[in-house]
Amino acid sequence: MAEQHELNTQISLPLSKAVEISFNSVKIRFGRSLITVSGIVLAIAFLMSIWAGNAIIDGLMAASDPKINLILQQKGVEIDPDSAAAIQQRSKDAWLVVLSLLVCLVGIANAMLMSVTERFREIGTMKCMGALDGFIIKLFILESTFMGAAGTVIGVVVGFLLTALLNMSSFGTVIFDHLPMVQILQDGVKAIVIGSFLSLIGGILPAYRAAKMEPVDAMSLEV
Amino acid sequence: MAAEEKTKTNAEAEEATVVRTQDVKKVYIMGEEQIHALKGVDLEVTQGEYLSIMGPSGSGKSTLFNMVGGLDKPTEGKVYIDDVDVAQLDAYELAWLRCRKIGYIFQSYNLIPVMTALENVTLPMVFAGLTSDEARDKGVELLTQVGLGERVMHKPFELSGGQQQRVAVARAFANDPAIILADEPTGNLDLNTGREIIELLRRMNEESGVTVISATHDHKMLSVSDRVVWVRDGRVDRIIDRDELKIEVGTIDGHE
Repeated sequence: MAEQHELNTQISLPLSKAVEISFNSVKIRFGRSLITVSGIVLAIAFLMSIWAGNAIIDGLMAASDPKINLILQQKGVEIDPDSAAAIQQRSKDAWLVVLSLLVCLVGIANAMLMSVTERFREIGTMKCMGALDGFIIKLFILESTFMGAAGTVIGVVVGFLLTALLNMSSFGTVIFDHLPMVQILQDGVKAIVIGSFLSLIGGILPAYRAAKMEPVDAMSLEV
Repeated sequence: MAAEEKTKTNAEAEEATVVRTQDVKKVYIMGEEQIHALKGVDLEVTQGEYLSIMGPSGSGKSTLFNMVGGLDKPTEGKVYIDDVDVAQLDAYELAWLRCRKIGYIFQSYNLIPVMTALENVTLPMVFAGLTSDEARDKGVELLTQVGLGERVMHKPFELSGGQQQRVAVARAFANDPAIILADEPTGNLDLNTGREIIELLRRMNEESGVTVISATHDHKMLSVSDRVVWVRDGRVDRIIDRDELKIEVGTIDGHE
């Protein structure tokens, strides 16, 4: 019993310490982290630009201003929501969203996979030092959360700004008069949730695999 | 009551033995082939001794070393560390064993590249649940002991190979282990630096009474070892004590 008690108290990794270690690890590998993060940024920016673009057009259409409608028609946007062309447009948009989600998934999973596999040796060493599987997973989850959060937030901002600029060049500053802010904020939050979730999944799986390895195997593996 | 006394006397009788292997066999399966890395090894390591495991590559030396260190489990036979059968331990207890009882030193140092010397040394202490302040004080003390008191805030890439290995030695001693396992600790170092690391290990061994087990084919190791175990073809070829060693060294060097 005494031994069990000792075990419980002595093998522990306080969350604050874990946050400190993983944050430092991201900070010190800044260049490397930047590349990982940029993968996430691009994926999320793509997703966000699709959503924001749709939201901006919807906002313009909802205004039902004859002048804006004229510009919209000139730009080839179908204003009658029930016409065949509009339905076709909507299914094309849906397909684009699915596509951008796929890009997101692959981009983020790849980035996380790389950042874990290149550090198998480190993981093996930590296990030799007495780290439990849980510590390793905890450290990597925190790390991917930091990178995922930073990447998705930047991605949302970049995606929105680029789309706004692009639409401004087509329609003029009038888009800001009819900007559906609520819709865009909702889309932004959705994108952040999706991005963070994907980076979490992308980080957990390889970290879990690495954490479950015997230390000898982890260290002898050449990546 | 009687039973309790009996275990006590047993424990006392075997107090001197830190690691014991009993007919350890290890089979690796590579595709269709079965590779018998170890073919039944019995070995006893006494508390406080400096033991070297020698043998050519492919002899099963590394496999035996990993077994003794609780890094690998035998296919057959038993490994006892401090009278505890390693195969019976769950992940939690195994981590505890690696954290508190064993200190590892690797050929390629294996420091965490993004951490300073001090952070590397204090990492096992953090795992063991020491507070940051306690860990820092102890870490500085250990680094001073290995002669790196001035370089605690340096990153591994700012240190030479010998200095990195000193950090690794300090890290191995972080939680006052009973056993130090050194896998080819001088393999990546030049002659003089290698000798310094060996002397450092020997000094720590004499000062703290820690058991040092080292896998090596560095003949400089022989002169400081209390016992040398030769492994050949998955078996213990011979075990030579310190007194016999002096004479033997000459002949071996002569042969090679």
